[in-house]
Amino acid sequence: MKSGLKRSNAPIFWSLFGAGGMLSALFGPVLVFITGIAVPLGLLLPAGTMSYPKMLAFAQNFIGKGFIFAVIALFLWFAAHRIYHSLHEIGIHPGLLAKLLCYGSAFAATLISAYVLLGLGF
Amino acid sequence: MSDTKKIIEIEVLRYQPESDTEPHLEVYKVPFSDDMSVLQGVQYIKDNFDGSLTFRWSCRMAICGSCGMMINGIPKLSCETFLRDYYPNRVRVEAMAHFPIEKDLVVDLSGFIGKLESIQPYIIPREARSLEQGEYIQSPEQFNAYIQFTSCINCTLCYAACPQFGLNPDFIGPAAIALLHRYNMDSRDGAAEQRMELVASEEGVFNCSAVGYCSEVCPKHVDPANAVNINKTNAAKDYFLRFLSPKGGSK
Ligand code: SF4
Ligand code: FES
Repeated sequence: MKSGLKRSNAPIFWSLFGAGGMLSALFGPVLVFITGIAVPLGLLLPAGTMSYPKMLAFAQNFIGKGFIFAVIALFLWFAAHRIYHSLHEIGIHPGLLAKLLCYGSAFAATLISAYVLLGLGF
Repeated sequence: MSDTKKIIEIEVLRYQPESDTEPHLEVYKVPFSDDMSVLQGVQYIKDNFDGSLTFRWSCRMAICGSCGMMINGIPKLSCETFLRDYYPNRVRVEAMAHFPIEKDLVVDLSGFIGKLESIQPYIIPREARSLEQGEYIQSPEQFNAYIQFTSCINCTLCYAACPQFGLNPDFIGPAAIALLHRYNMDSRDGAAEQRMELVASEEGVFNCSAVGYCSEVCPKHVDPANAVNINKTNAAKDYFLRFLSPKGGSK
């Protein structure tokens, strides 16, 4: 066995990436459909499905809050990881700056969404 | 032989360390028959045009793993790749990607050999047994858990296919991880925890970004990408659960 091996911290990012990937595969398309197509065009869903009072109630519900938080944060961790590695693959070798930009923005967005969601009360 | 022989152009990446500063391509016109492999085409060049052309081969039947080359940019065993499939176009033959070239089509494999050694590619018995206790019994199910990963012929096509190995030569890479997995999955072996140190290290599985090309080019259907993927999950579990395990996992 080789000596002087350093344990990689990748599992943290990889787990967030995996969780985000799974979540976006499950909910991504349907969320795009509901928020981007069905609601704005008034298709299929009853009028006012995403009205302010309804969405506020959703965001104040414990489960709704958790869902919104997971969707925002994990999607972003997923994207950050994918972009970071794609940069590497196309030959832009990510240094500290790329790392900070990718994972830093996911981290910042996680904090902001947690702050806003908690601020909405229960 | 018959005068109806077809002629194919073979473009070969040449590099003679004594005289060349960098590799360059040379074209040879090679008469061929439908049963001739790319390896035979290269042998024809050596026998008839330039005896200094250097390449590795042995079995001519896709089992020794020594004749890997980039053929039109794709890592392949040259003994099971046929000239007829490229004719009438020119076929380009180059040294395996991502490895340092020693001479012509011969690459330096010492890094790969070192990686094979580093994974402890042998059974480290789960429990010591005396001769009197008899052989280790293995069920067909236990056998099936690892047999696929024993088929590797160390041809390193998967390394030539792996963009991450190309970017980081320290990555232990597909075949070595597949072999590591082969021993971890063997019911007689008990050293998965020892090998975890390497799997979870910065040289380990997390270099992989799930491209999957390694499994595509593998001539023996080892599916190294799958072995890497399973070990990512194992390493992630080890990362988070090591504090709970009585032995503390690997460092
Ligand atoms: S895993 Fe497949 S491609 Fe890689 S060295 Fe083994 S046989 Fe060759
Ligand atoms: S010569 Fe042995 S695999 Fe091709």
